[in-house]
Amino acid sequence: MEIESAKLIGAGLATIGVAGAGVGIGIIFGQYVSGSMRNPAAAPKVFGNVLLGFALTEAVALYALVMAFLIMFG
Amino acid sequence: MAEKHSPLDQFSIHRIFDLKIGEIDVSFTNSSLMMVIILVLLNIFLILATRKKSLVPDKLQSLAEMSYEMIFNTTRDNLGNNGAKFFPFVYSLFMFILLCNLLGLIPYSFTVTSHIIVTFAIAFGIFLFATVLGFILNGHKFLRLFLPKGVPIYLAPLLVPIEIVSYISRPISLAVRLAANMMAGHTMIKVFAGFVVALGVFGIAPFVFIVLLYVLETVIAFLQAYVFAVLTCLYLNDSFHPSH
Repeated sequence: MEIESAKLIGAGLATIGVAGAGVGIGIIFGQYVSGSMRNPAAAPKVFGNVLLGFALTEAVALYALVMAFLIMFG
Repeated sequence: MAEKHSPLDQFSIHRIFDLKIGEIDVSFTNSSLMMVIILVLLNIFLILATRKKSLVPDKLQSLAEMSYEMIFNTTRDNLGNNGAKFFPFVYSLFMFILLCNLLGLIPYSFTVTSHIIVTFAIAFGIFLFATVLGFILNGHKFLRLFLPKGVPIYLAPLLVPIEIVSYISRPISLAVRLAANMMAGHTMIKVFAGFVVALGVFGIAPFVFIVLLYVLETVIAFLQAYVFAVLTCLYLNDSFHPSH
């Protein structure tokens, strides 16, 4: 197999890792909505943690993207 | 047609003034120019905002007060009693990264934090500072950070290397998170802009999408700067109280 095709296949495979981040972000916001429906008064206080959790989970998706770029162009 | 333009052209560095110290190239580049512009803007904004010192703030002063309050609450929540000592540092860090991210959204400008070397320099500096501070304040007890409480001793040879690797990955993750977010967002905008031109009349659909992307990018700019600041506070707190 030529190196170019291998790079493209590797980059495509590395993008599968983004799926985990999608699940994680869904869990974060799902739990936030569910928790704020039980206790609406506490919702604004915990929203900061929601954003922090979202950014940290998104970072893992971007690690996978960076790996894909490294494989493609490295 | 002219030479082929790539969506990644926006991240290229152009020298404005050539300058060499011995063999090291320290030219003034467009990245340095953006940093100087950001510092000047930040100073002008804060000086103008706090000039009147009125008790009921006007619009500009309340902007400065809101950012101050947000970072002050963050440092107080995460650092406890040492929050006030580190507040100027965390505030400068937050405002610098925020303005770097936001000013990069202006078309034809340059995003300073989209280069990993810039974010890694900042993150590594913070990591080095936190580690040295931890050793100065706690001596050898700082190594208790790597062995959480209540762990049976036979698990230690497995857990301690994992903890050490996770500690060393902190500056890398800080740097890559910010740089990758900025690079990915701006590259997507340029790619969809290419679609707008290529589609002609139907280019209205990618154009609407670009508008929505800009909203998302602005939110991400704020969010990434805030996350950087919060994680800095958390890592500094680990230097003061090294226990998981």
